[in-house]
Amino acid sequence: MSSAQQQTPLNALHRAAGARMIDFSAWDMPLHYGSQLREHAAVRSACGVFDVSHMGLVDVAGDQAEAFLRRLLANDVARLDDGRALYSCMLNVRGGVLDDLIVYRLQQDRFRCVINAANRASDMDWMLTQGADFNVHLRLRDDLGLLAVQGPQAADVLASLLESDLGDALRGLEPFGCLERGAWLLGRTGYTGEDGFEVAVPAAQLAGLWQGLMNAGVAPCGLGARDSLRLEAGMHLYGQDMDASTSPLVSRLGWTVAWQPETRDFIGRQALATEREAGPDRNLFGLVLQARGMLRQGQAVALTGRDGGGVVTSGGYSPQLGCSIGLARLPLEPGETVVVQSRQRLLEARVVRPPFVRHGRVLVSSE
Amino acid sequence: MSELPTELRYASSHEWARLDDDGLITVGITDHAQEALGDLVFVETPSLDADVEAGDACAVVESVKAASDIYAPVSGVVVDANGRLTDEPELVNTDPYGDGWIMRIKAEDPDLIEELMSAEDYEHMLAEEEDD
Repeated sequence: MSSAQQQTPLNALHRAAGARMIDFSAWDMPLHYGSQLREHAAVRSACGVFDVSHMGLVDVAGDQAEAFLRRLLANDVARLDDGRALYSCMLNVRGGVLDDLIVYRLQQDRFRCVINAANRASDMDWMLTQGADFNVHLRLRDDLGLLAVQGPQAADVLASLLESDLGDALRGLEPFGCLERGAWLLGRTGYTGEDGFEVAVPAAQLAGLWQGLMNAGVAPCGLGARDSLRLEAGMHLYGQDMDASTSPLVSRLGWTVAWQPETRDFIGRQALATEREAGPDRNLFGLVLQARGMLRQGQAVALTGRDGGGVVTSGGYSPQLGCSIGLARLPLEPGETVVVQSRQRLLEARVVRPPFVRHGRVLVSSE
Repeated sequence: MSELPTELRYASSHEWARLDDDGLITVGITDHAQEALGDLVFVETPSLDADVEAGDACAVVESVKAASDIYAPVSGVVVDANGRLTDEPELVNTDPYGDGWIMRIKAEDPDLIEELMSAEDYEHMLAEEEDD
């Protein structure tokens, strides 16, 4: 571990639990605790917990907080009531994706964004610059840690560790609902395609919550399982599936852009509108590999029976399907099958519509 | 790290080799290698009767994390491949020196196995890699 690497408050606990650590965006993070496949299965069938304290929590407060976020984000926070969250892209003026995030509305004048670890510094710079003309206060909450408790048993297990009234409130949360208790924020959100919660707590209380979950039999899970779970769920990974050079419209994220009301002038709107008018010629599609082998980011994809192709943006092994799956940016109407260049071999893959798995069920047939 | 079996010889590319009583050389990957790869999901065993030169890539193990070539530690002919790995690639993770073997080679010169590293030398190499 190099000295430039950052650690979460649970670093020593991860190591004591036998985690294999890797560098992720300059953070020293657990990849797995022995078996990625076992961790993946725990989340699909029971419950697992991820330390995601490397993600940035940015509080946006002030009487112009909503106005600022309606300018900053492609999705519209005016759609939110107190205690609700939504997923959005944050765009540059060219319509490229600077980051994707979850924004919680805590109160009318108080929001919290959860941003990617790799973009902490650049997002903060961008938000501060764009916020200069608004009466808002931005604060990166490095005093908090974040755990993702995910799986069909997540609600029961987490509720059992909380005071009974809070546990009851937790069970009553709808997807994308959240509740605040003191410095704790519990949101029914996640990145696995299962029921689950993301829980922000003061850094000093993080180890206690983690240990409580361990004692309750929850599986500690690393970034390896986090990636295979999100890929099965058809969720995007920033930096692979989209970045500042790609817009939501070519990233199967058009649904996250709130075009109405037309008067809302969010950053990137003009470029996006021009792109929409011209008609984007590519999008992200799901791939299911028909042969043994593995889809990996960066592999070239050729269409069948006509010119043109694209590239695999995310790939890996799907434990649920028992084969490799991926996302690829391809020309529109790519056909039923494509050919992927994997090392020295050409592999056939079926084109499907993500997600691949939701709530433990396979949504595409792997035939 | 677990004890390295001293009866095996080791290649710098993390294969192990063992000269059996029948004169054939059994080849697999080391515990260190399987641990670094993570859960294996596919093993592409070599073609039978293939002629291989020492250092040739002749099999592929693919894990949740990466694909990795397996190099022949000695020259010869591949006479057997572990068919169980087709359905149970995890054997390489759970028993790398036993049921997780990958192939058997009829070597041109079985004595050349001695040119591979001893357990002690391999352990030394791993320790140096760790320091880097």
